Amino acid sequence: MSESLLATWLPNVDWQEIGYASLDTLNMLGGSLLFTVLLGLPLGVLLFLTGPRQLFEQKALYGLLSLLVNVLRSVPFVILLILMIPLTVLITGTSLGVAGAIPPLVVGATPFFARLVETALREVDRGIIEALQAMGASTLQIITRALLPEALPGLIAAITVTAITLVSYTAMSGLIGGGGLGDLAVRYGYQRYQPDVMAVTVILLLVLVQVLQTAGDKLVVHFSRK
Amino acid sequence: MIEFHQVHKAYPVQGHTITALHPSDLRIETGQVFGLIGHSGAGKSTLLRLINRLEEPSGGRIVIDGEDITALDAQGLRRFRQQVGMIFQHFNLLASKTVAANVALPLQLAGELGSSEIASRVSQLLQRVGLAEHAHKYPAQLSGGQKQRVGIARALATEPKILLCDEATSALDPQTTGQVLQLLAEINRELGLSIVLITHEMDVIRRVCDQVAVMDAGVIVEQGPVAQVFLHPQHATTQRFVRESEHVDEGEQHDDFAHVSGRILRLTFQGEATYAPLLGTVARETGVDYSILAGRIDRIKDNPYGQLTLALTGGDIDAALARFRAADVHLEVLR
Repeated sequence: MSESLLATWLPNVDWQEIGYASLDTLNMLGGSLLFTVLLGLPLGVLLFLTGPRQLFEQKALYGLLSLLVNVLRSVPFVILLILMIPLTVLITGTSLGVAGAIPPLVVGATPFFARLVETALREVDRGIIEALQAMGASTLQIITRALLPEALPGLIAAITVTAITLVSYTAMSGLIGGGGLGDLAVRYGYQRYQPDVMAVTVILLLVLVQVLQTAGDKLVVHFSRK
Repeated sequence: MIEFHQVHKAYPVQGHTITALHPSDLRIETGQVFGLIGHSGAGKSTLLRLINRLEEPSGGRIVIDGEDITALDAQGLRRFRQQVGMIFQHFNLLASKTVAANVALPLQLAGELGSSEIASRVSQLLQRVGLAEHAHKYPAQLSGGQKQRVGIARALATEPKILLCDEATSALDPQTTGQVLQLLAEINRELGLSIVLITHEMDVIRRVCDQVAVMDAGVIVEQGPVAQVFLHPQHATTQRFVRESEHVDEGEQHDDFAHVSGRILRLTFQGEATYAPLLGTVARETGVDYSILAGRIDRIKDNPYGQLTLALTGGDIDAALARFRAADVHLEVLR
């Protein structure tokens, strides 16, 4: 009964294909988020430390990093996808599928995430850094024992925003054969004009975004002590 | 002992140089409570931070217990800082860590004790500051006074020989201020560590300090034992701080009692003399009448003192003055 109803309302939807595409999207998201955090967190910390009036103020280095981040952030992601193809092939051996999508996603999201990390660290009270210095803490100890734990709610919020940005990026990577729900939406929903496929993929993406945001917000509250 | 030898501090701001501390000499004996008082921008905060080199001196030498700390390298400086505790106006506790974890932090950073030793040290410290039952709370759940107690416990964790207090009571209400000052005095007495505190309230100096230095525009303008500086302030800045602590406004102070007849004098009593019935005795013996124009009777740290401004009329005024001079009081004839 329900199956026939689904078939009537959504004649073009191939649920197995939707299942594979969803899995691809989750894999792309998981893989790219992991590498974005691994690369973006140190970059954000470096941006913070070398920034104006900070622990390791380095005008030249900060200017250079800042420029690099701004350049990468100002390249439209669609263009970045195409520009990255040779490098992607070099790293993963292919520019297609989940593996081919992850490098451009990471390169697109890392500068964005690093800026959010920098901002989150700036929110930490300077007095805390001074207290740690007065205790005789090394810079590494200040970062790991005070700055990162104090900024944790802000960092979780940054990861949430980045994950959601990555969801919309994965949809674009369909353009270069990246697979996933976005790819499905473009190929079936748009190019073959199958609005039911379009609707299902968009709803699934919406659910994913909603789940990410809710989980992120819950974690922020859980780790907030203020 | 903390010694400053011609220490100065200047830093560039938008092209020109600001001098936060002019070349200054200072000596703080071990075991003392040393107060630095000054208005904001007077350089007291800079001077305090020079002691643990949170501020780098532009010149001069700072010697602590015979060791020139201005010559320490980064490694040596970190080890030195572990022997100097510091508490702050806004407490600077880590919001993400419990009370116990905040107090444990300096011990973990030093890395000399195992976790069970750290735990027992932390519980001793929390006992000392009266917060044993709050060990597992977060700073946001505590009152201001409790937060500062955590700050004090944290500062004492590595058993420092010096405790630096940066406006430690300025964010607290008067009652809590009293409790925190009492705790500091107790720590000084029982642990014998030196305390250097900065404040803009003469009352804080009066209640806990042994020695005081008054700062104005990057210069130490007056220093000495608290009783001396407090009862006989020489510099205009010091006089203003003393007046502020008595809640006397400027206009009132400039009133030199022109409309009062007779001789005007100021008597300062200290210690046991505060309780001697001197005025009545002298009045009876010499036949003078006295009226009290202004006065205060209070304590400096644990010593009682009194300071009275009197007008004397009638009787044998010279004999009365001679009696005051011979007694255990400080006499100033104002008119």
